[in-house]
Amino acid sequence: MTAQAQLEAQIDRWRGYVHGRQAISPSDVDELEDHLRGQIADLQATGLDDGEAFLIAITRLGNLDAVSREFAREHSERLWKQLALVPQGTDADAGPAWRELAVVLALAVGAGAALKAGGTWILGQGAFTRNVSLLVMPFVAAYFVWRRRVSTRVVVALLISFAALAVVLNVYPYASGGSTETLAALHAPVIAWIVVGIAYVAGRWRSDARRMDFARFTGELAIYFALLAMGGGVLLGLTSVVLGMVGLPIEPAMADWVLPFAVPGALVVAAWLVEAKKNVVENIAPVLTKIFTPLTIVMLLTVLAALATTGGLSSVNRDLLIVMDAILILVECLLLYAISARDPLTRVGMFDALQLVLVVAALAVDAVMLAAMVTRIAEFGTSPNKLAALGLNLLLLVHLVGTAWATIGFLRGKRPFVSLERWQTRYLPVYGAWAVVVVAGFGPIFGFV
Amino acid sequence: MRIDKDLVAASATPLVLGILSEGDLYGYAILKRVAELSGGRMEWTDGMLYPLLHRLERLGYVSSSWGTSEAGRKRKHYCLTGSGRELMRERQEQWSVVADALRQVWQTAQRPPALADGLAS
Repeated sequence: MTAQAQLEAQIDRWRGYVHGRQAISPSDVDELEDHLRGQIADLQATGLDDGEAFLIAITRLGNLDAVSREFAREHSERLWKQLALVPQGTDADAGPAWRELAVVLALAVGAGAALKAGGTWILGQGAFTRNVSLLVMPFVAAYFVWRRRVSTRVVVALLISFAALAVVLNVYPYASGGSTETLAALHAPVIAWIVVGIAYVAGRWRSDARRMDFARFTGELAIYFALLAMGGGVLLGLTSVVLGMVGLPIEPAMADWVLPFAVPGALVVAAWLVEAKKNVVENIAPVLTKIFTPLTIVMLLTVLAALATTGGLSSVNRDLLIVMDAILILVECLLLYAISARDPLTRVGMFDALQLVLVVAALAVDAVMLAAMVTRIAEFGTSPNKLAALGLNLLLLVHLVGTAWATIGFLRGKRPFVSLERWQTRYLPVYGAWAVVVVAGFGPIFGFV
Repeated sequence: MRIDKDLVAASATPLVLGILSEGDLYGYAILKRVAELSGGRMEWTDGMLYPLLHRLERLGYVSSSWGTSEAGRKRKHYCLTGSGRELMRERQEQWSVVADALRQVWQTAQRPPALADGLAS
């Protein structure tokens, strides 16, 4: 390497190092580099060689910690990473970002219009509820099709999937208000979301890493959607109070027009936000999992104690079983996000042990639930609802046992963390398959009651 | 002779303003000018100059623009604004008062106390 190239390499390394400081922006680094080069040139002119000149110039620039502290004092806002959704100033690449915003807004309005149209023209509340996910999710999928430039083959597969779901949901002669209809309406969003997932991973659904990305995306989306919903709720609430006071009741307009557009629109916008912020802002889901894992353990133990003290499991009613299913699904999500956020290379820590406690507590609750369900089925016979709950419970049980097994292996140092990750990502499609069974199979099996 | 850190810090703003009032300059040139003016006796931590310049820019005393150096690299030039000029004059007055007071007190301090008393009475 020539002396000049060596100096350039040194300056490059220094740049990379300074870049790591949050308080020092890239243009500040340019400015400091100009300074460094001026100093080096002057030192070389006095007869020093490249290496010496570089060292002295760096020393004169000062301790990087102290300098970056000084920068941080002047630019404290830089410590809060800012998410620039559309470019500010006169960036050369402003076009694509504006185009993306336009696409997102168009899709958001489209999803709202589809939901509104569905609400107007689909006859019957039951039929509308069944189709809600089909009216909204294709727009989220469309965003990823556009964003990832998904291949035609995958687009065709997505269209066929949505169409097949639509046919099943609308051709089956469901008894109005029957339990198979309710089950289909509950399980259809799961299938639709998995189709969105295929668009998200651009058709590479076999990849464990992509699947984990989709799991992370789902968690962040839920949080962003909740934030948007909260902000929107406050805004709508204040507006309706003001308009109500001046004698303009807004409630009918809100139910008829604002919500059908706002809710699906928020979903599309949240998907865009999560996609845009991916590399800029730390994910919040992992932080929440750290807070809620211990709290959920406490909750599960409380539930267990309550179930044990109130006695006979057969007296447990159906609503309670449904709530408990929901709790277990929540625990499963918590586990998934905790696992998706963990750096596979860090050593076994306290939190991993805590996670095992959570899994074991969930297993205990699940075992109690299963016992209660089997008792009910033995006593009163089977029904679509019971079978759907039982099936979901068995899936959760297998998932939890597998997770416990992989976690124990990891804690004892026998298995790498990746095996725990793989178990999660490989198990996810099972839930989709079960949803397909419930939506497509339960109707014909139970005679659409 | 090393100059006390606090004194260097206190004089940094008026010094930078004064140097910029001579003409637009970029960071490294400002530091070279400081060394020249103090005969190399005022030592700054070079990196600290930039947060100071950014602060002055935020407060509107200087403005900056990107140009290119002789070597064709990006270089940021600083230029004194109207309110910067005003601030400089203000500081100049303050520092003259301080310097004047110091000169007087040291002149008296150099004489024997009795003589100083005699003069004062």
